[in-house]
Amino acid sequence: MIQADLNIILPEIILSVYAMLALIGAVYTSQDKAAAMLTYLTAIVFALVAFWIAGAGQATNIAFNGMFIDDGFSRFAKVTILLSAAAVLVMSQDYMSRRGLLKFEYPILIALAVVGMMVMVSAGDLMSLYMGLELQSLALYVVASFRRDSVKSTEAGMKYFVLGALSSGLLLYGASLIYGFAGTTTFSGIIDAAGHGPAPIGLLIGLVLVISGLAFKISAVPFHMWTPDVYEGSPTPVTAFFATAPKVAALALFARVMHDAFGHNVGDWQQVIALLSVLSMFLGAIAAIGQTNIKRLMAYSSIAHMGFAMMGLAAGTAYGVQSMLVYVAIYVTMNIGTFAFIMSMEKDGQPVTDISALNMLSKTEPTKAIAMLVLLFSLAGVPPMVGFFGKLYVLRAAFDAGLVWLAILGVIASVIGAYYYLRLVYFMYFGEDQDDALDRRSAPLLTSVLVASAIIMVVGVVNLFGIEGAAQMAAATLVN
Amino acid sequence: MDEMLREYLPILVFLAIAIGLGLVLILAAVVVAVRNPDPEKISAYECGFNAFDDARMKFDVRFYLVSILFIIFDLEIAFLFPWAVAFKDVSMVGFWSMMVFLGVLTAGFAYEWKKGALEWE
Repeated sequence: MIQADLNIILPEIILSVYAMLALIGAVYTSQDKAAAMLTYLTAIVFALVAFWIAGAGQATNIAFNGMFIDDGFSRFAKVTILLSAAAVLVMSQDYMSRRGLLKFEYPILIALAVVGMMVMVSAGDLMSLYMGLELQSLALYVVASFRRDSVKSTEAGMKYFVLGALSSGLLLYGASLIYGFAGTTTFSGIIDAAGHGPAPIGLLIGLVLVISGLAFKISAVPFHMWTPDVYEGSPTPVTAFFATAPKVAALALFARVMHDAFGHNVGDWQQVIALLSVLSMFLGAIAAIGQTNIKRLMAYSSIAHMGFAMMGLAAGTAYGVQSMLVYVAIYVTMNIGTFAFIMSMEKDGQPVTDISALNMLSKTEPTKAIAMLVLLFSLAGVPPMVGFFGKLYVLRAAFDAGLVWLAILGVIASVIGAYYYLRLVYFMYFGEDQDDALDRRSAPLLTSVLVASAIIMVVGVVNLFGIEGAAQMAAATLVN
Repeated sequence: MDEMLREYLPILVFLAIAIGLGLVLILAAVVVAVRNPDPEKISAYECGFNAFDDARMKFDVRFYLVSILFIIFDLEIAFLFPWAVAFKDVSMVGFWSMMVFLGVLTAGFAYEWKKGALEWE
């Protein structure tokens, strides 16, 4: 019995044991000298676990009396999380060590955060949900303030911690109400207690509080205010991490709670999520226009993208979940490339984040400029880049579910948002000449990640690398 | 009725001893102790700080570190205590779960020790 349960959570156990062994091993031997090696090793471990999970077959396994669900949906999310975390770790090694930030705790904290995310996407119970969420969040609070001697970085960590604690409080309060009215914490029990049609009022209040708590984690408007400050203050590799894996995990958890625990009460949460989606898309698109710091700009960009991903969730159908998964996978790929570019932005060896530094980049670095152009077009959703198909997917899901108004508002927000992406392109190709251009440092790794991401955005239009089929199967295991 | 009251007898005895011992200690201090007051002795004790002062002052971050490390291991007791009370009923799985939990805590303890978090200087 316990043997079978442990087998199901073996990937999580292996990662946690790896993290603890690495911690003890590094602190008793070479300390920070091992940090670079440990960063790559952790990335390799992530990739191996990802391939292992991807090849684990189609079965749905339930462990610990329903607290932990290992199904196609969680496997899709886990593979996305692990691969994006591995990519971010590989990218961050050079940046962090050149600034003396590469402590051996960095890869270990990332590994622990990833374990938390894996538990989140597999949660089948309010308690495992909270456990995964907190494990993830606590590790992230620490990495946000990794540059300890910088006021902005410590402020980022502090803000993230205080607001994260507040959101956890909201979520816990909602969970306690749900438990009080449903009499159980398992999702399978809650779905029975909630019944078909409108849910009982107590459950409804609990549901809304849980949605608020989760919306904090994916930085949906009106729970987004921490995002720009945290993105700006954290070291850039950490920002890249924030913008990718945790968003996948939180969105997947969101879909899990909505469909597994409240799947028969779609009408109750559909409007709430549609509203969050509309607000996020518009605020993300409009507030980014005034930004001059590219990290803040990416923060608002991620808020807008989360709005689009939630549009798929708001549809409340299997196709909606499928479109959300495809969207978020595309989003992560684009963001990894974009952040590889941001990490390579330097003047006199110092990182710069001001977008005016991009002026006439096309003259000095044509390869990077064209790759960035592709990524920005993709982020904006300009056909024929892959980003366009991601948007098309969620719009169709919303349209099919009868949310025509939501789809129309989504298109309008997307057009507004295109402005600031295209403005960056304008700077790169038609901006003013300037004397102090960006350093022309050769960072082969970052450039290759950037170019690879851009190539995926172009080549992927053929068949999206087959993630459609995988996402469809994943969505089918969640919604039935 | 008698039967039920008898079940509460241990609590009564406990209360009596607690009150008695408390009184004895306080009265002993009044009767026996040497009294030699000075301002430092009679001022309120506030972990080494002035009791009435500006709240926004600098103090050593090591206080934080020690208190946080203390709280981590203090909380562990909150898990250990119910486990110990129900020890007869927890299965082998319950036993080994707690051993794993303690092992994880020990890993953290070994880390903080080696990192020097426990050294004051």
